[in-house]
Amino acid sequence: MPDQTPARRGDGQVARPAGADRAPVKPQRPSLLPAPLQGFGITFSTMFKKVTTEEYPEVAKVTKPRYHGRHVLNRHPDGLEKCVGCELCAWACPADAIYVEGGDNTDEQRFSPGERYGRVYQINYLRCIFCGLCIEACPTRSLTMSNDFELADDNRQDLIFTKEQLMAPLLPGMEQPPHPMRLGDDADYYAPRPARPAAPALDAPPAAGATPVGGRA
Amino acid sequence: MGLEEKIPSGILLTSVEKVVNWTRKSSLWPATFGLACCAIEMMASGAGRYDLARFGMEVFRPSPRQADLMIVAGRVSQKMAPVVRQIYDQMPEPRWVLAMGVCASSGGMFNNYAIVQGVDHIVPVDMYLPGCPPRPEMLMDAILKLHHKIQHEPLGPKRAAALAAARADGTAKELHVAMPSSVRAHKESREAYERAAAAGRTGQFAIEQRDGAAVRLPEARP
Repeated sequence: MPDQTPARRGDGQVARPAGADRAPVKPQRPSLLPAPLQGFGITFSTMFKKVTTEEYPEVAKVTKPRYHGRHVLNRHPDGLEKCVGCELCAWACPADAIYVEGGDNTDEQRFSPGERYGRVYQINYLRCIFCGLCIEACPTRSLTMSNDFELADDNRQDLIFTKEQLMAPLLPGMEQPPHPMRLGDDADYYAPRPARPAAPALDAPPAAGATPVGGRA
Repeated sequence: MGLEEKIPSGILLTSVEKVVNWTRKSSLWPATFGLACCAIEMMASGAGRYDLARFGMEVFRPSPRQADLMIVAGRVSQKMAPVVRQIYDQMPEPRWVLAMGVCASSGGMFNNYAIVQGVDHIVPVDMYLPGCPPRPEMLMDAILKLHHKIQHEPLGPKRAAALAAARADGTAKELHVAMPSSVRAHKESREAYERAAAAGRTGQFAIEQRDGAAVRLPEARP
């Protein structure tokens, strides 16, 4: 490629293309109005344009449905926790924001189907970068993300969310753990579609368009 | 500070306190202090779509001496830390600090020797804002929560002592700083949140408001 750099002259001057020292061409103006009035005209016409401003605190912001917001710990349709305390989310987390301690289920104290449940579950929202790797790592779809993002607080302690804050609410037909498995044995819970109990509240279709937190889509 | 330390506390001073706090929160000028990617979202908040001017905050002051609020937007390296502190020291009182994003709040994913693990190691922080980076609505939410805090700040040492005493015997007004701004904007949702907070169910509040849906799908939106 030939060198395109203009030849350098003394005192930092460069060679200009021919004709560059001619008088500048008068710019063409779309209007015959004097320039200040043209400027005010733009200001005036803006008053009739659509306002782009979001009225945020009064009108709640609705994000895209796949927006990465605050986490939710889901439940099975009978109220048992889906979390089995495997800590894969904590391992996947690039910011080390998740802390999990597993506990053993017994037949008297059963919080989740299977052997173990998440006894302690904490997410430090001052470390979490909402990347969603924990969601991808979760083997039981226990951990998902909601679209809620209004999380600011005035101290670091309250921004470490505990299991009580992260658990999904009990929907109609759910029962607060610990309680025995109502939907069959382990295989039924972890099957792609667990058999649902005959309770009418669970078989009823969910509210229009709403995804039940505990149920599978 | 001045006159408010000498006059007795009472009806006059509480009214003055309200007016003073209202003026303070209504023109809270932020200092320009973008350090990383959060600064892009901070600039977007000042622009037309989000329009911080609605809250009297459109002027990001280049000089700390005319600023009331330092929005630390981005990761603070050890080398930047003295500069952050100097800017804070140059701001006139009363002043507030908002740690924007996880890096400024706690170091975030940069848990290493180069990054200060939370800007509260250097300056007192009034509001922590998670997110990486927080979207402009999150910043506005944090700012509005800070406004709410400023509105209820005590004026002078006597009022501060009265507030501390009220907190000690549990008669102080619960501020609900963590209440989302879009909830606080409407009376009925605010009262619903206060009931949920009394029952210790703030974590489930948003999902319960959506009838158990973690995510509102597009076809269910109004």
